[in-house]
Order: sequence, then C-alpha cells, then structure tokens
Amino acid sequence: MTGLPVLSMLILLPAVGAVVLPFLRAAQTARWFAFVFLFADFLLAVWILTTFDASSAAMQFGEHYAWVPSLGISYRLGVDGISVWFVLLTTLLGWICVLASWTSITTRVQEFMTCLLAMQSLMVGVFCALDMILFYILWEAMLVPMYLIIGIWGGDNRVYASFKFFLYTLAGSLLFLIGILLLYFNAGQTFDMLALMDADYPLQLQIWVFLAFLVAFAVKVPMVPLHTWLPDAHVQAPTAGSIILAGVLLKMGAYGFLRFSLPMLPEASHFFAPMMIALSSVAIVYGGFLALVQSDIKKLIAYSSVSHMGFITLGLFTFDAMGLSGAVIQMFNHGITTGALFLCVGLIYQRGHSREIAAYGGLIKMVPLFGILFAAFLLASMALPGLNGFIGELLVLAGAFGVSGWAGAAGVLGALIGAAYLLGVYRQMLLGPIKAPNGAELWDLNPRELACALPLLLFVIWFGLYPKPFLTILQPSLDQLMIQLTPLAVPP
Amino acid sequence: MDLTLIKASVLLSGPEIIIILGACVGLMLSLVPRPGQGGLIAGLSLLMIALAAGMSATLGHMPQSAYQGMFVIDGIATYFKLLMYLGTALTVLISGGYLATENTDKGEYYVLLLFALSGAMIMVSGTDLLIIYIGLELQALSIYVLVGFLTKNRRSNEAALKYVILGAFSSGLLLFGLSLFYGLTGTTQLEAMAIALGNAETGDPLLVLATLLLLVGLLFKVGAVPFHMWLPDIYEGAPSPVTGFLSTVGKVAAFAVLLRLLMMDLSALAPIWRSSVTAVAVLTLAVGSLAALVQTNIKRMLAYSSIAHGGFLLLGLLAGGPDGMASVMLYLLVFTLMNMGLFAVIVLLNQGAERREPIWDFSGLAKSHPGLALITLVLLLSLAGIPPTGGFFAKFYVLVALIKTGQVALAVIAVLLSAVSAWFYLRIIMLMYMGDADHPAQVAMTPALRLALAITLIGTVLTGLFPAMFLDAAQAAAQAATLAGLG
Repeated sequence: MTGLPVLSMLILLPAVGAVVLPFLRAAQTARWFAFVFLFADFLLAVWILTTFDASSAAMQFGEHYAWVPSLGISYRLGVDGISVWFVLLTTLLGWICVLASWTSITTRVQEFMTCLLAMQSLMVGVFCALDMILFYILWEAMLVPMYLIIGIWGGDNRVYASFKFFLYTLAGSLLFLIGILLLYFNAGQTFDMLALMDADYPLQLQIWVFLAFLVAFAVKVPMVPLHTWLPDAHVQAPTAGSIILAGVLLKMGAYGFLRFSLPMLPEASHFFAPMMIALSSVAIVYGGFLALVQSDIKKLIAYSSVSHMGFITLGLFTFDAMGLSGAVIQMFNHGITTGALFLCVGLIYQRGHSREIAAYGGLIKMVPLFGILFAAFLLASMALPGLNGFIGELLVLAGAFGVSGWAGAAGVLGALIGAAYLLGVYRQMLLGPIKAPNGAELWDLNPRELACALPLLLFVIWFGLYPKPFLTILQPSLDQLMIQLTPLAVPP
Repeated sequence: MDLTLIKASVLLSGPEIIIILGACVGLMLSLVPRPGQGGLIAGLSLLMIALAAGMSATLGHMPQSAYQGMFVIDGIATYFKLLMYLGTALTVLISGGYLATENTDKGEYYVLLLFALSGAMIMVSGTDLLIIYIGLELQALSIYVLVGFLTKNRRSNEAALKYVILGAFSSGLLLFGLSLFYGLTGTTQLEAMAIALGNAETGDPLLVLATLLLLVGLLFKVGAVPFHMWLPDIYEGAPSPVTGFLSTVGKVAAFAVLLRLLMMDLSALAPIWRSSVTAVAVLTLAVGSLAALVQTNIKRMLAYSSIAHGGFLLLGLLAGGPDGMASVMLYLLVFTLMNMGLFAVIVLLNQGAERREPIWDFSGLAKSHPGLALITLVLLLSLAGIPPTGGFFAKFYVLVALIKTGQVALAVIAVLLSAVSAWFYLRIIMLMYMGDADHPAQVAMTPALRLALAITLIGTVLTGLFPAMFLDAAQAAAQAATLAGLG
C-alpha cells in the first residue's frame, strides 16, 4: 500500500473537472474533457482494485483528517472488499454515460457534463466514506445534480418527475440524519462508522433507528411501497440519468442496509427480518407483474429493477452466508446489466424516437450488432446460466429457501415472471418481421456506441463464467459482516 | 461614578458611539444635496462600520460591565455585533443599485440604517430592561421610516403604517411586561433581577403574566407564529434591501435579546415559558413552511421562509445549554449570509417596485445569466438545508443540540417540516433551470452588488465546507457568555 491519498484523488478528480468544465466554450471540448476525466478516474479505480489486498477484511487505502473536531466529525475514507466493487462500478458507468450522451445531449452540454462529473465525485465519495456525516453530506448532495439531470434534460414530464425524485429522497434521508445522531450520542459522540459498528445499543433504540434508516434506504432501493418515484424518474431521465439511477443510486440503498443497518443494528435487523423478507417478496412479485404489463420499454426495465432489487433486499435479510453474498453479487451485476439495458434503450430511442415495445420488430436482422448486445443483456437480466445474473440470483434463492419457503417461492415466481417479460421483449423487439416506428431507417452501432456497450458485455460474460476473482475479494468482508450480524446474547 | 469609570464605560460602548457619530455626520452631509451624495454617505457608513467592527473585535469576549451594570460586552454581545456589522454592510452594498432603480438616492437612507444598527447594538449589549427597550425602539423607529422610504409607492407606505401600528402594539406589550417585572423585583437591571427571581415562586400568576407579556413582545419581533401576521406584508412592501436588513439584522437583535433573557439572566423562569415556546416553535415551523408553498411573490415567500427559519432558531433556544446557544448563534450567521445573498439577487432582478417581485422573474435565469443562476442555486440550496452548504450545517447543529438533550420528537418534526420547505426553494430552482425566458431579466450588475454576492456566496460555501472555524467561534462566545452567566 502506498502513502498516496488515492481515494481522495478518486473523489477530487471529477470534482476538479466539474469546477473547470463550465469555463470551456465549445460543446465538443466539454465532452472530451468530461470523458478524459472520468476515464482517468476509472483507470485509478482499476488500479485500486488490482492493488487491493484480497486477504483482509480491513478498510484499505484509509485516510483520516479532522474536519469538525468539536463535534467529532472527520474526513475519513477507506474501502473494503464490498465497497471497492461499487467504486469500480460507479467509475465504469461514469465514462460510459459520457459516451452515451455524446450525441443525444445537444443543449447546454457544458452544464450536463458538469453534473455528470459532480455526480461521480459524490457517488464515489459515498462508497468510500467512513464517517457518517461525511457519508450523509455526500449522499444528500447527490440529489442536486441528479435533480438537474432529470429536470433539465429529461422527457416531457421531467419537472414533475424530478420534483418527486428530490422530495421523496430528501424526506427519507432527513430521518436518516436523526437516526445517525441518535447512534452518535449513544456511542460516545463519534461519527466513525467502524466505532459505531462496534458499539452496542439497547434494542429499543435499535428499533427506532432501524426504522429511521429504513425509510431512507427503502426510498433509495426502492422497496414497495416507496417505489413510485422510480418509474417516473427513469422514464423522464435522459439515458445517462437512467444509467446512473439504475446502476449506482439504487445500489446505495442496498449498500446502506449492508453498511449501517445490518452491522450497527444487528438485533433490530433480526427483529425486522420477517417484515423485510415479506416486503422484498412482495416487491419481487409485484414489480414483476407491473413490468409484465408495460408497453413502454423504459418503464418495463424500471419495474424490473424494483423486482430485481427485491432479490437483493431479500438476500440481505436472510442473514445467510449464501444469501448475503448472493445479494452483493446481484447488486453489482444488476448495476451492470440494468445500466446496459438502459443504454440499449437510449440507443434505440435515439434512432426510432419511440419507446413503445410494439413499435419495433426484427431488430436482430436490421441492426445485428445492436440486436446481439441487447439480447445478451436481456438474457443476463433474466439470469441465464453462464451470464452474470445467474449466480447472484441462485445464491439468493438458496439463502431464501433456508429461511422461509414462502420467500423462496416468491423468488422463484419472480424469476419466472422475469423470464416472461424479458423474453417477451426479446421476441417482440428482436425477432419477427422487421418493424420500426413510422418506418424509420435504423442504423447499426458506430464505434463510439460499441465502446460503451462492449465493456459492459465483458463484465456480463466474465462474471457469468468466472466470478472467482470477484468472490475472493468480497469474501473476507462478508465473513466479517456475518460475525457482526450474529446477535449478542442480550437478555430481552 | 468617578472619571475612570466613566472613561471605561465610554470605551466599552465605543462601537455604538462610532456608529452614532457616523450617522450624525451622514445626516449633516445629507443636508447639502448634491449629485453622488448617496454614494458618499454609503462609503462613510461602510467606513464607520469597519471602524466599529475593529473596535468590537479589540474589545473581545471577556465579560466587562459598563454604566453601572446597564451595559455589557461579553461573548454574545461581541459575536452578534460583528454579525450585525456584516448584515448592515451587506445591506449598504446592495442598496445603491436598488435606490438608483427607484430614483430615491437620498443620503438619509444610510443614516437611518446606521441608527437602526446602533439601536440593535444597544439591544444586544443592554443588561437593563430599559436599555434593551430603548435600543429596540431606536432600531424600530429607524426601520419604520426605512420601510416607507419609497414615498411614491403605495405598498411601501402601507407597509410602513402597518408596521408602526403593530410594532407599537407589541412594544406596548413588552413595556407592560417590563413594568410588571419592575413591580415584582424592584429593579430593571438584569443581574439584580436574576437574584431577586432566584427564589421566586414560578407559579405566581403575576410572574407568569409578566413573563408571557415579555415573551409575546419579543416573539412578535422575531415573527414567531401566532405573532407573525405583520411580517409578510411588511417584507413585501418594504424596499428590498430594507427587507433584507429587517430579516437579518432585525432578527439577530431580537434573538440576541431572547438568548440573553431566556437562557442567561432570567433562566430561572424556564418552567413558565418552556412549554409555550415549544408550542410556538413547532407552530412557527409548520406555518412558515406550509404557507410559503403557495406564495408567488418572492419577498412574501422569503417572509414565510424566514418565519420557518425563526422556528428552527427557537428550537435551538429550546435545546438550551452552551450547545443550544452556539447553535442559534451559528444559525444566525449562516442565515444572514444566505438571506442577504438572495436579497442581493432580488435587487439585481428588480425592475421597479411597482412591478412587484413575482417569482417568475427567476424564470429562465440559467439561460440568460448562468453565473448568477448558479449563485442563486447555492443560496437556495443553503436555505433549504441541503449539504454541503452552510444552511445544512446550521440546521444540523441545532439537531445535534436538540438530540443531545433528548428532544428527539422535536427534531423529527423539524426535519419533516424542513423537507416540506425544500419544496418552495426547489420551485425557484426549477424556474431558473427549467423555465422559459420569455422576458429575460435585465441585470444591472454594480461592483457593490458583485462584492455582496461574492461575500455571501463564499460565506455560504465556507460555512458548509469548513464549518469548524465558525463553529468554534460561536462555541467560544457561547461558552464565555454562559460562564459569565453562572458566575
């Protein structure tokens, strides 16, 4: 390990870009500028991953500076085997978003790229933060660029969607703040996450704090019944916005459960596990059914996210080694696959100007490159064995059956419904007679578009066939989480 | 009282003397009308404020009493005075452009501002109820005139008249409370009064009445619900920079008095006012946040927003202890910065008071003036309490103080209502970034306004990113003040 503050560099690089970028005059320069910064950030993240010590569960690349000493707030960073993957995911999707918006965003390009850079800086920060207040500040500040991305460059109903997104998330996170403060005063006035994980809290307090956290994370995930902002936000957001939302932002809710609720509040987590499992099962099935009846492809993927995120929360609250690792794997893979699906939808929308599933047909013949990629991502989302979605879903199901037959059954049902709607899309859009909205002439992918899709395909196949490197890095951190999760023998 | 004591007293009240001298010189200068007179007196005001600030900074935090215990320099007095210099200086900076647009570039304007400032300064340094009252009236009388300064504008005149009547009414209540306290304790001097009240029965109906009257008078001044009715009308009608002054320096002075009375000298009365102030705080937050949702005039909206912020400040007061006091002090600093910043923007967008200030003025600002829109964005986010701005940290610290004393329910109410209040700040942001620029704003940027915007923007961002130094200043001042209060 080196003494360089790599994580700070990872966070500050896009931030510096965001400060400089508004001064650029030409739109094309702004695009290249954002791309270079975000790609450099990605390379840095790859470097961090390759130098990461996979044998340890400890936080690595740690940094610590006092920030507000009188309140015990500090600037404390570090990554473990879980968060390092999300840092990679975030930085990977970051530059892909720039490429995906290359020609689809033509107005106020500088501002858009500034928002993307700011977003990336904050998102990476969220995954690296080891101080609760630092985490909270980044988590909350993220709302602003995302709000602007949806609100300025979104679809026709963007104002409503961006408002809904902002207020839902804000209301949820404010209670989160109260929860943090309650822990703070009970753990000896520190915001250090690791110290907060080690402290013991009375069950009564844990229950209240769990509920406060639950609102914040459940909105972000989103869990039924707090999911209604998601379809609006997704449908209205520009492609890059959808990719970030689905790929990273949704993961943050699950990451919150993983990082705070489970290790800090183990007794309350066990107390609420039946409710969480029930809600997750409902989300899996209900989200699946909603996806089944959508005629708008973007909406369909949005609801499929609700269903897939249900798998993740289900896995987390099984407290089973398999379920947990399945959930984390699913988190990463869902980010890749759904990001890729939104990318594909964006590409086809740019060509046909329609998101109606029924408006398209025979794409695999008309635009073969696009067709093959889209097919691969659909199948990955369906959890086809050999692609990345499979292993996570399988592990979650295995964990779920160990806890409750009903939850397992809901998972299986959800997987079946998933197959139904994803294959439906596959059949309607990719197979059959050639059809395009208003008989538009569609053209196949150009090198730039291939450059955004192929890296994602690489991950889809790599993690489908050989997930071992992923699991090796993940395992120590998960083992530690399992230890933290074991409830202490507190008398009731 | 021998000569050395008099000398010491004069020295301690030096800042006030400087400001009043400045006002008198300005008054004489304004008697000789000549072109560019307004600018000259504005410059003089800034100079005097700078001198007074230097003097206050030199006098420092050490508790020192003057004029036989009627006047004090201590942590909160110095802190709040510095804050009021900042607020007044910003008001002076943004006034020039506004007065030019309104064609009333008269020197008396700045003279009145200085008198109002000196009144506010006397309020925060007074340790005798009568001195506090005199300061309050000096400040109020100057502001009455300032509110009606646009003599040809009906709204301005109406607002001034309303303010005079309601202000006099509340002063009457306050004075009534003071007289009852004098009757009960035989003194108007706070320290002696605290000793006399030390073993008083808090159930005494007369004491309850006196406390409540005093409280109502002061809550009226801070615009707490249900004594807030005057505020939106006066905020709307007054010239925009005066509204800015009223909402920052006026609020600071009133809260300083509340802090001194309720948290320090008269803290023995806490059992009497505690429950009613709790109810008032919650009501203030709720009414302020909800009523702001439907406003279409930016100044009215800011009036309700400032009511809501007042509710948050009352929560800090309820939290109590050095932390509660410091949270109020920090909050007022951040509020002064962000609110004055927004008033600078309003002054910039002003196209004549007759047009009023509809929120649509902000429409499409991001297209026509991206830089100004970005500044406004930061200020609005700060008012909404979104990190990493100062507004977030100010609210955060109030929550810390509340939860530290176990008042979690109040904290939960506060955050839920602040989520509501985010809505109307967001609406302005939406107009700026997503609205169409049908009639693009004509912005006449002056160096003074530029400076005001820079100060407020940098201050808002700094208090958010590096809150430690501001927090330490507030905590040190509060610590010094509470220690003195105990001793």
